[in-house]
Amino acid sequence: MTIAPSRPTTNTHQASLRWTISDTLTIARRNLLALFRIPTAIVFAMIQPVMFVLLFRYVFGGAIAIIGASYVNYLIPGILVQTTIFGSIGTAIGLAEDLQRGLIERFKALPMARMAVLGGRTLADTLRNVMVVVIITFVGMAVGFRPQGSLVAYLQACLLMLVFAYCLSWGFAFVGLAAPNSETAQAMAFPIIFPLTFASNIFVQVSGMPGWLQPFARNQPVSQVAEAVRGLMLGQPHQHSTWIALAWSIGLVAVLAPLAVSRYRKAA
Amino acid sequence: MSQFAVEATDIVRTFHDGSFRALDKVSLRVPTGEVFGLLGPNGSGKTTMVRILSTVLSMSEGSATVAGFDVRRQPELVRANIGLAGQFAAVDDNLTGFENLRMVGLLNHIDKPVAVKRSNELLDQFGLSDAANRLAKTYSGGMRRRLDLAAALVASPPILFLDEPTTGLDPQSRQDLWGIIESLVEGGTTVLLTTQYLEEADRLAKQLVVLDHGKIIAEGTSSELKSRLGNTVLSIAFATTSDAERALNLIATISSKPANVEGTVIELTVNDGPAAAADALRRIDAAAIELTGLQLREPSLDDVFLNLTGHKAEEPRPVTAPKKGRRATRRSQS
Repeated sequence: MTIAPSRPTTNTHQASLRWTISDTLTIARRNLLALFRIPTAIVFAMIQPVMFVLLFRYVFGGAIAIIGASYVNYLIPGILVQTTIFGSIGTAIGLAEDLQRGLIERFKALPMARMAVLGGRTLADTLRNVMVVVIITFVGMAVGFRPQGSLVAYLQACLLMLVFAYCLSWGFAFVGLAAPNSETAQAMAFPIIFPLTFASNIFVQVSGMPGWLQPFARNQPVSQVAEAVRGLMLGQPHQHSTWIALAWSIGLVAVLAPLAVSRYRKAA
Repeated sequence: MSQFAVEATDIVRTFHDGSFRALDKVSLRVPTGEVFGLLGPNGSGKTTMVRILSTVLSMSEGSATVAGFDVRRQPELVRANIGLAGQFAAVDDNLTGFENLRMVGLLNHIDKPVAVKRSNELLDQFGLSDAANRLAKTYSGGMRRRLDLAAALVASPPILFLDEPTTGLDPQSRQDLWGIIESLVEGGTTVLLTTQYLEEADRLAKQLVVLDHGKIIAEGTSSELKSRLGNTVLSIAFATTSDAERALNLIATISSKPANVEGTVIELTVNDGPAAAADALRRIDAAAIELTGLQLREPSLDDVFLNLTGHKAEEPRPVTAPKKGRRATRRSQS
């Protein structure tokens, strides 16, 4: 058995857009395959959000009064936003695992596009979020959710939350690359995710919270996204919060993506 | 390609803001088409060297070319000409063996049909055809290493970096991997191999450097090093330490190298094992000292270090390069 090496390669694929896209898709495909092959990942991504819907609809819902809407109509847009943001934990865990297993090292020694590992990860996590949004929409309708706006507005709302979650996930890419292992990545991600999603208007109205918490809960980005999504889905005014949510998205990705990329360069 | 596939000059790599020097002015030249061995214990800087040459880690000082390309300035051209198989088989557990190889092929920018064909060829050559469509997480340790090596070969790189390819493998898997490496070199591939095993370096590598605490402490061909070290270790055990001390005075002159005494055991590094053993037995017998055991064996890495440095190969220092902890976790899991 002889395995002949090729001649030394002198042509470079550096900075070629075609290869960047192709490499990103290769990595995204690999991440999606893994998602469907790990039972715990499916439970984490698909089943947990459904449990949240049932929990708040049937257990806590009766104790929560909402001014101006039925609770299920208030809840489902919020849960959708919460679920897409929770997906970022998967971004952190996935990258921490790749690093821990030496895969990032292998990727860094390949002539592939530098951005593809992070781009493919965040793209795969966004595609997973699309699936989750579809599932929660149907589960929500099954438990009584009735969107009041147009279909176009509903799709705009979904797009908005997916864009925001995508931008935020770059911060969790940084967390995953900075953590020594996937367990720590998860432990680091939760204390960031929890205040963002629970000290917000996702499950309850901010007016019922203590005075000191209200300014944060009302103005933090997740509440702005939930406000905009709710407005679009329920046919209520939303322009103001939509623009704020988009501004947050751009601001977050502008800061977090360079952080994650710089961390990736140093990683492994 | 020039005469040397890899040329590294005065490579320095520090960690922890300069407080730890993992590599301290290491220079080496790997001739094209040969196996070059980087021998050293844990923590000596072998892995750091491979990471720097494969562009995964940056160097603090120094310069290097791989396949004629500058590691700092032309890293993308270096990457297009190397294959890297690391110490902890970097395969994706959630992909099949075939999917792992195809993915690496595509990321090497090989056309899809070629990547598929090449993946199947390598699975066949490495005895993994039957397991091609099984998830890599079901593979044994030896199979993972072979898959990892196959992944490094998908793009048929002219230069291969192998970081402790056989550490932790059973003897049969080690033999298999050695056979694969030898056939690669017959085909013209240049291999830079790191190892903790003198036997492995001796079998595969034409030229060697020995690293200790980030510095080169010896270099040469394997036979040059062996003649410096002595070919054989004569190990004699006694009933008591006082017997061993008495015997030491009698037999120390058999070897030109200092004897290593540990409790009741004396070890001498000698060139002609049987003659030295006979000589030692005569002297001990004449003094009527009782011995409890006698053994001739190949020198181990410890013997190499004892001879080169006067101290034994140390355990890794408490301060190691970052990432070691991460890998240690990984190892304990697998």
